[in-house]
Amino acid sequence: MRGLTDLTIADARAQLRAKKISSRELTQAHVDAMARCRELNAFITETPDRALSMADAADKALKGGDGGTLAGIPLAIKDLFCTEGVLTTAASHILDGFRPPYESTVSANLWKAGAVMLGKTNLDEFAMGSSNTTSYYGPVHNPWRKRGDNRPLVPGGSSGGSAVAVAARIAMGATGTDTGGSIRQPAAFCGLVGLKPTYGRCSRWGIVAFASSLDQAGPMTRTVRDAAIMLGAMAGHDPKDSTSVPRPVPDYEAALGQSIKGLRFGIPKEYRLDGMAPEIEKLWQQGITWLKAAGAEPVDISLPHTKHALPAYYIIAPAEASSNLARYDGVRFGLRVPGDSLDGMYENTRAKGFGAEVRRRVLIGTYVLSAGYYDAYYLKAQRVRSLIARDFTEAYRKCDVILTPTAPSAAFAIGEKADDPIAMYLNDVFTVTVNLAGLPGISVPAGLSADGLPLGLQLIGRAFDEETLFCVADVVEKAANFTAKPSLNG
Amino acid sequence: MALDKATVVRIATLARIKVADQDLDRMVGELQTILNWVEELNSVNTEGVEPMTSAVEVTLPMREDRVSDGGYAAKVLANATEPVSVGEGGFFTVPKVVE
Repeated sequence: MRGLTDLTIADARAQLRAKKISSRELTQAHVDAMARCRELNAFITETPDRALSMADAADKALKGGDGGTLAGIPLAIKDLFCTEGVLTTAASHILDGFRPPYESTVSANLWKAGAVMLGKTNLDEFAMGSSNTTSYYGPVHNPWRKRGDNRPLVPGGSSGGSAVAVAARIAMGATGTDTGGSIRQPAAFCGLVGLKPTYGRCSRWGIVAFASSLDQAGPMTRTVRDAAIMLGAMAGHDPKDSTSVPRPVPDYEAALGQSIKGLRFGIPKEYRLDGMAPEIEKLWQQGITWLKAAGAEPVDISLPHTKHALPAYYIIAPAEASSNLARYDGVRFGLRVPGDSLDGMYENTRAKGFGAEVRRRVLIGTYVLSAGYYDAYYLKAQRVRSLIARDFTEAYRKCDVILTPTAPSAAFAIGEKADDPIAMYLNDVFTVTVNLAGLPGISVPAGLSADGLPLGLQLIGRAFDEETLFCVADVVEKAANFTAKPSLNG
Repeated sequence: MALDKATVVRIATLARIKVADQDLDRMVGELQTILNWVEELNSVNTEGVEPMTSAVEVTLPMREDRVSDGGYAAKVLANATEPVSVGEGGFFTVPKVVE
């Protein structure tokens, strides 16, 4: 049934609890949508059988009145989360055939809450990219098209498959991970809500690591409320991740609908870029008007080290990646390419197994950590990172939340920016500072570009203050009344 | 800093990634472009600034030093290429390293 795939998680939850629909019907509708939308290449692995048996289990639990907060809700999981017995690839050739013997904490939390797994979504290889074009399994297509132009567009990245699954009505929500903008930028490109929680809010255990001091899992959904519901199930302390924080998980839904009267929202002057598209600037002004109308007060703030964030990120993230990716050596799992010695096998396996962007970042990371360059590059970048974090601490003396655009443009065509890594990196100019400072950030769909493509506004909060983000995001969502749907959907 | 082919070969060896000779020039160019771009960090005054080592202010927890997991060698070996089965000792295998 087609109408079922248009429901929000909150609506489906109410209908499931009222026994108006069953999870089996709801899940079958999404499994059918997944099959109809294969041309979008959103999934690396589909798990329809598992989905239906999980749906039956959820129906049973719902019948007994003991379904969890996500009982019977079909979700898609980024293929960076290890799922027990189900192929997990990180969109890399090097993880060929890898079936983890364990489940990531975040996905386990979702199953504990009763959610249903539809499959594993496509992404940039090892989450390295902003366009979902570096996947070994091919690019993902954005279900949105420019008005009067049928060329396929990128969904953003790295959580591109997750974004497309939710935007195209294949899944009700999806998990993403965000290291420099990988949840928020694809959410903006696909007209979704995407939240990167505070570092430490969700466990990283069982998520294929890219840059461990920056990576964080979060929800991608069609509404703010759905994101609040999903985060509530995903978050929590996990002794298996020493950086996950032992703080209770608040009732995020309770933050919705609260008044923002008197709340101070910061407008960072450094986010006004030279040559920024006028429609992005216009959207930002629109956001300011909406929040003012709701009684909040704009405050001019300065984040003076903003322009150094991307260069610092492109030292820190590759450095951590080169270390994290050292484990892919062809010995214990994944691809093995023979060589005439042990080192030869390592070198052949990693040359064949990693794609061009991953090789480039591992080499940069190896270089900046190597003897003689460590201080000049890596330590320098970590000092700049301190200054970026300090900028936010200073700003939050004057405001409670920060409003910015999510990305400097709308979705672009597949293949565009492909020859210029730095042009590609600039996609994350507004999002990367948030990861460096460990803060929470949310992207909310706020309007359409002149070409009819979605654009997002970003809200950045204080550490562990996701509640304020949800509260303000709810105001933006209501004011924007974003009801447009992509031209392709299940 | 100016990169040369020898440096890229050295990094690639450290990273255990084989780079074909015909790809070296292109690789030098690509890496040089990125390094030139990040070099702008030198313009930032970081005197007296400590490097950031943790994204959140937490004290890492201590835990009891005891075995809390394990005992499933077959599961651990299940994804390996040509492992020696648990019944025969349970090993990963690699090309010969000792003559």
